[in-house]
Amino acid sequence: MPMSTTVRNATSRPKSIVVEALARVEGEGGLTVQLRGGRVADVKLRIYEPPRFFEAFLRGRSFRELPDITARICGICPVAYQMSAVHAIEAACGVAVGGPLRELRRLLYCGEWIESHALHVYLLHAPDFLGYPSAIHMAADHAEVVKKALELKKIGNDLVALVGGREIHPINVRCGGFYRVPTRRELLGLAERLKRACELSLEAVSFAAGLEFPDFEQDYEFVALRHPDEYPLNEGRIVSNRGLDVPVSAYEEHFIEEHVPHANALHSVHKGHGAYHVGPLARYSLNFDRLGTPAQEAARAAGLGPTCNNPFKSIVVRAVELVFACHEALRIVEQYQPPERPFVELEPREATGHGASEAPRGLLYHRYAIGADGLVRSAKIVPPTAQNQKTIENDLWHFVPTLLDLGKEEMTWRCEQAIRNYDPCISCATHFLKLDLRRD
Amino acid sequence: MAARPKLAVFKFASCDGCQLSLLDCEDELLAVVGQVEIANFLEASREVQKGPYDVALVEGSITTSHDAERIQQVRKQSRFLVTIGACATAGGIQALRNFKDVREFTSAVYATPEYVSTLDASTPISQHVRVDFELRGCPISKHQLVEVLGAFLCKRRPNIPSYSVCLECKRRGTVCVMTAAGTPCLGPVTQAGCGALCPSYQRGCFGCFGPSEAPNTAALGSWWEKQLGASRPELVRAFRSFNAYAAPFRMASDAYEHDRS
Repeated sequence: MPMSTTVRNATSRPKSIVVEALARVEGEGGLTVQLRGGRVADVKLRIYEPPRFFEAFLRGRSFRELPDITARICGICPVAYQMSAVHAIEAACGVAVGGPLRELRRLLYCGEWIESHALHVYLLHAPDFLGYPSAIHMAADHAEVVKKALELKKIGNDLVALVGGREIHPINVRCGGFYRVPTRRELLGLAERLKRACELSLEAVSFAAGLEFPDFEQDYEFVALRHPDEYPLNEGRIVSNRGLDVPVSAYEEHFIEEHVPHANALHSVHKGHGAYHVGPLARYSLNFDRLGTPAQEAARAAGLGPTCNNPFKSIVVRAVELVFACHEALRIVEQYQPPERPFVELEPREATGHGASEAPRGLLYHRYAIGADGLVRSAKIVPPTAQNQKTIENDLWHFVPTLLDLGKEEMTWRCEQAIRNYDPCISCATHFLKLDLRRD
Repeated sequence: MAARPKLAVFKFASCDGCQLSLLDCEDELLAVVGQVEIANFLEASREVQKGPYDVALVEGSITTSHDAERIQQVRKQSRFLVTIGACATAGGIQALRNFKDVREFTSAVYATPEYVSTLDASTPISQHVRVDFELRGCPISKHQLVEVLGAFLCKRRPNIPSYSVCLECKRRGTVCVMTAAGTPCLGPVTQAGCGALCPSYQRGCFGCFGPSEAPNTAALGSWWEKQLGASRPELVRAFRSFNAYAAPFRMASDAYEHDRS
């Protein structure tokens, strides 16, 4: 390599960053950054979470089992898997679920966003900004912050448990609706706590906005769902800031997965465009006008514009989404009228259905082909972290050169922080991470 | 004052849900942290202390030769080893590969199967090393997790029942969904622990906590077939989910697949 001749200047500096096993992410992965002559020569986000073969063993299962089985892809965002699955199956069966059942699904999803975002903002990401190895260490100096984080997270979990039966791997979701729907009184029981959650979410925005951010803006292609009149959770068209606007069923015409040797996850690219970015920054930048007044005002007060291209500020955007989710959940709870039946009956037919929803980490796409016997013929699942993997590597290509004056330990930590910007879920992406930084 | 016991959490093939249960103990987390020293918990902290550890929680199943070696190291460093969840205790949902050809599975999911290294079977931790306590569930119950940690700290046996879900239904006063509504339910052969959640939501149990002590799977299967009109393939699928590779469920699904009963 031509750069190798200038290596002498860099001898006192690290030649490589190796993170054997990334912490505060869901699942197993590592990072290797190769430096050569003070320049970045290679970046590989390694996913060594062992493969579990969901798409293979779903074949031959009944479509009715999909919400239960696909939930097991991820213990942090099982609702996202359940929602993308039921929408895909309902599309295959030609059924649309509306009214209170649709509202209950949105409520359940709000619960998962609250639980997952509160976990990431405070317990997984904030320690990087404040210089602690974990939230447990952070609690020694910031006990009130951690207690409020746990309080907010618990409200999200309690919401998922009430609508879904339990926090992790909810049991109450079925194709067509739910097994049992809550009474009006049961939901109203949460109203006071959701009002408290709204206050806590505004505090989360102030907290996140007060952190220090590297000056690091990137020119991303953002991809997210967009709905005519809602901030996207379960439904919408797939849109980007570079002109893409297609129905969910056209996803595979525009995005492809590539298998690379260093990862048991598949890298996604937008055909003809390359890497793209899904998750809170993408949703926010494409749907600011749909956020509602409290979240928009909180965003402005935090110094955010209608778009955000600094991945480190994803922690602020997540907090803004907490404001949205808490207010949306409160609205649904206050307006809820139980449906006559807890579900819409589905009749299987030979068909293919597509579903996409907004997991806390970004767009989650499912496609199933089923037969008239209700058995799954083929399955395809594209999780958000697989879609972001190439973008995370691109960020590191641009971010590492700003770190070259730092010592290895500090450099490694900053790289980990840059990865945690994406709240990567490695269990999901392996159908994901170790930092292995090398300098020649 | 004596040093606090060192706790470590290790992950193998899994969804992260069971270790998340520890972070989901919002009311108990800071109290637990006061009693033990969290020495190695990558999902929550980038600080990793070296072993040995007093108690290790192991999540996930063994699916690669690398992990088969890693669990040996975990065992050597851990005084008391607890498996948490269906993956670590029974092989998990990914043990569905054990009934099929894993090479075909790899080529069905990955364009370049030669990049993937995996074993033919997903196996529970107990098949590789001695396990001191197995905590069931997909996911585990956080209350049972707190009970196991509390029992360990107090040097007593954990109070985790091995009877079936039926007893939990009776205790909470849930009307039997199988006899009253004709809904197929695995409750009679499934270990308690969830609090009989599904029947309270008007659906049948689907076996998250694995086989109860001495389960009569043949009697249940016969009831499903004769009284509820379930087909053999439906029975195979019912026994073949998150605890498919636990012996009583494995034998039941094999029998129904090959039409022996």
